Amino acid sequence: MKKAAYPYILWIGIFIVIPLFLIMYFAFTVGNSQDFNMFEISLSNFKRFFTPIYLKVLGRSVNLALISTLICLGLGYPMAYIISKEKSKRRNIMILMFVIPMWMNFLLRTYAWLTLLGRNGFINFIITKIGLKPLDLIFNDKAVLLGMVYNFLPFMVLPIYSVLVKIDKNLIEAAEDLGANRYEIFTKVIFPLSIPGVITGITMVFIPAMSTFIISSLLGGNKYNLIGNLIEQQFRWTGDWHFGSSMSIILMVFILITMALTSKFDKEKEGGGGGLW
Amino acid sequence: MRRIRIIVLLVLAALMATVLSACGESKPSINVFNWGDYIDEDVVKDFEKEYGIKVNYSMYATNEDLYVKLKQGGESFDVIFPSDYMIERMIRENMLAKLDKDNIPNMENIDQNFFGLAYDPHDQYSVPYMWGTVGIVYNKTMVDDPVDSWDILWDEKYKDQIIMLNSQRDTIAVALLKLGYSMNTRDIGELEEAKAELIKQRHLVWAYQGDEVKDTMVGGEAALAVVWSGDAVAMIRDNPDLDYVIPKEGTNLWFDDMVIPANSKNKEDAEKFINFMCRPEIAARNADYIGYSTPIPEAIELLPDDMKESRVAYPSDQEIDNTEIFRDPMDIVVEYDRIWTEVLSGE
Amino acid sequence: MVEKMGKRIYTFLIFLFLYAPIIVLIVFSFNDSKSRGVWAGFTLKWYVALFKDAGILRALYYTLLIAALSAIISTVIGTLAAIGISNMPGLSKKIVLNLNYLPVLNPDIVTAVSLMALFRFLRLEFGFITMLLSHITFSIPYVILSVLPKLKQMNKHLAEAAMDLGATPFYALRKVVIPEIRPGIITGGLIAFTLSVDDFVISFFNTGKGVSNLSIEIFSMTRRGINPVINALSTLMFISLMVLLLIINKRTEKNEIERGETR
Repeated sequence: MKKAAYPYILWIGIFIVIPLFLIMYFAFTVGNSQDFNMFEISLSNFKRFFTPIYLKVLGRSVNLALISTLICLGLGYPMAYIISKEKSKRRNIMILMFVIPMWMNFLLRTYAWLTLLGRNGFINFIITKIGLKPLDLIFNDKAVLLGMVYNFLPFMVLPIYSVLVKIDKNLIEAAEDLGANRYEIFTKVIFPLSIPGVITGITMVFIPAMSTFIISSLLGGNKYNLIGNLIEQQFRWTGDWHFGSSMSIILMVFILITMALTSKFDKEKEGGGGGLW
Repeated sequence: MRRIRIIVLLVLAALMATVLSACGESKPSINVFNWGDYIDEDVVKDFEKEYGIKVNYSMYATNEDLYVKLKQGGESFDVIFPSDYMIERMIRENMLAKLDKDNIPNMENIDQNFFGLAYDPHDQYSVPYMWGTVGIVYNKTMVDDPVDSWDILWDEKYKDQIIMLNSQRDTIAVALLKLGYSMNTRDIGELEEAKAELIKQRHLVWAYQGDEVKDTMVGGEAALAVVWSGDAVAMIRDNPDLDYVIPKEGTNLWFDDMVIPANSKNKEDAEKFINFMCRPEIAARNADYIGYSTPIPEAIELLPDDMKESRVAYPSDQEIDNTEIFRDPMDIVVEYDRIWTEVLSGE
Repeated sequence: MVEKMGKRIYTFLIFLFLYAPIIVLIVFSFNDSKSRGVWAGFTLKWYVALFKDAGILRALYYTLLIAALSAIISTVIGTLAAIGISNMPGLSKKIVLNLNYLPVLNPDIVTAVSLMALFRFLRLEFGFITMLLSHITFSIPYVILSVLPKLKQMNKHLAEAAMDLGATPFYALRKVVIPEIRPGIITGGLIAFTLSVDDFVISFFNTGKGVSNLSIEIFSMTRRGINPVINALSTLMFISLMVLLLIINKRTEKNEIERGETR
């Protein structure tokens, strides 16, 4: 069975490991980024990052990524649960309806939020018609959070849903027979069984949330720039691929450590994450 | 079974796509690489019809993206449209081919004032395509003070009503101009002063925007913004409450030129394309579609009146004298980067 | 009863949240102005211009083709990989998984640039194949991420039991494992498709020969402002998808009645 993974391992070797070495090569050298022959080894890229201003941006990114992950979890889990309880045909349609907006280009949808959240935007239009004062909905950290949740919510809902849908109904019935109430059934049976899906959801939200930049650029007015913006800036404007690569390596290490800690949590629950045998 | 059939169809379609993109080498063709939405497509079709040369058209988003694609050498392009400072850089790095002016007689149609510019002093590599200025667009109903200086963007009265450009060079240039320095200065002291000014301004700035600034201003959401002249023309048309002004301290004059990369395989056909674009009727059609300023006086005559007479699109010679063109920053890019990071990320 | 109302309202609000920007997109495809800041009157001119624009239609073709191929190939490789990985011993499993996550955790530009450098190193010609390869590379990790929890949820001994009863490993795979993890596979495929349709940076730096996709067309307009022709195209795509959804809905209804199912 484990042989099934060999094709992919080969793929990883070519398409992930070699590029990784290329990035590390960039990160540990300095020179003119386009001239491969003229690089010199140096740690200066890394030293440059460990200054207050860059660390502050990293901190802000972690903060926003964490909060948006939590909100996605809070909003997404109930949604996944509701959909999983529907009849088979209905829930397939609902899941597809959840995904279809994501097939519209993300930049366009973010621009649309500008139209909705602006001072003279649609939401304020409605609010002022009711007679209330217009709200400050754009170019602040709340707008960035909204954008992140908007973008990542389906990535939280889908994995949780796919796990909830196959929870053995007999387990729930057994719990009911043994006298558990709805709250207990959820906390002691359903939720623990859904944890693998929750972990995947968190992974698929937190990690990309750390490296996003379009949302902070458009909805935050570039006033809440994240590490993703800085890396983008290095590669696509300044052209200093060395510094950009070193920032990516730092980000990579940071996230891998975070995930290592999370997987410890997962191990503890592994006993309850499956069948009964 | 049905699923397998779908997969087979897809694989066939994929094979078709690869084969088709490789074929078609028999007919003469040129690879044109341009900004998005930066040409009248009918003009391209007319060129193809008249010369029998197929145009393979692809697009890029920024000068820097263009530079990387060129450097990586994966593909050879025949006509590209870099901006002033990027042309200077490409010339310095021997990435461009010298034009055979005999093949581009229509170059004469271009306004003589646009020759001999700093980025291509002997006009050996480039032919101007579109140009413009940078200035302040403001909402007349929201601003009572006279708008004639970059200073107004630092006025406390307009807190959260000001939008600056999400572009390192353009915004740092505004600060430098305000201080009376050259926007191409390499003096670290002057750059640090500009940084201090921008940090001082931060709490007044509602947002640093890219092209979205157009919608924000047209929607009447802010009082003042820094924009390019070509965009201002469109904005004023959509919202007559807006007006555009070039501050007295001077501003940036920008150019997008047609050039031919050194590794082009179809130089003569590329020159035909460039020559075609310089015909007054063609240049006029492009200027009308794009809305930016054309460097060909005869073409200006062919434009609709509101464009022709727009002093936003076609400022006076006096205003043009008071401008500077961006030079290639070279190693100073690192300073710009540091300053920009500190301005945006500081609190 | 209250609870049912509550669920309905919650679902409605979430879907409203998801669809609000789409509605804005559709409305502005009929706006007689390029600007999203003003409503200048109703027009169909963008739709007309769309059908005259061969470039955008070609980009649409490539977008859908690459997305479909990338989704299918990455789902196949990814599912097999997930099955293999879940049976690997601790340390090698950890290493493979962490390597697997790299395309997820790297910002797009880093993946884009590193793949571009790789393709240059391998002296590959940039075009359809390189774009497809890069899409598959960033999609497979998401497929694996989607399938792994289902494998964890599934009873490990089911496959063994099947083989004890005489099934070949391949048969056990096909008839026992795959049906159990199907929701994960479908989720993975959907996510792979979604990521591919929306990708700009990785595609831009890893394509060539005029092979473009919608995202490249859209992002290359960011200096000039997005031409509402794109809104018109998005509206038509959206309507097609909704119609497709309705058709699927009707057909599964028919199937269910024929099979005598009610649940």
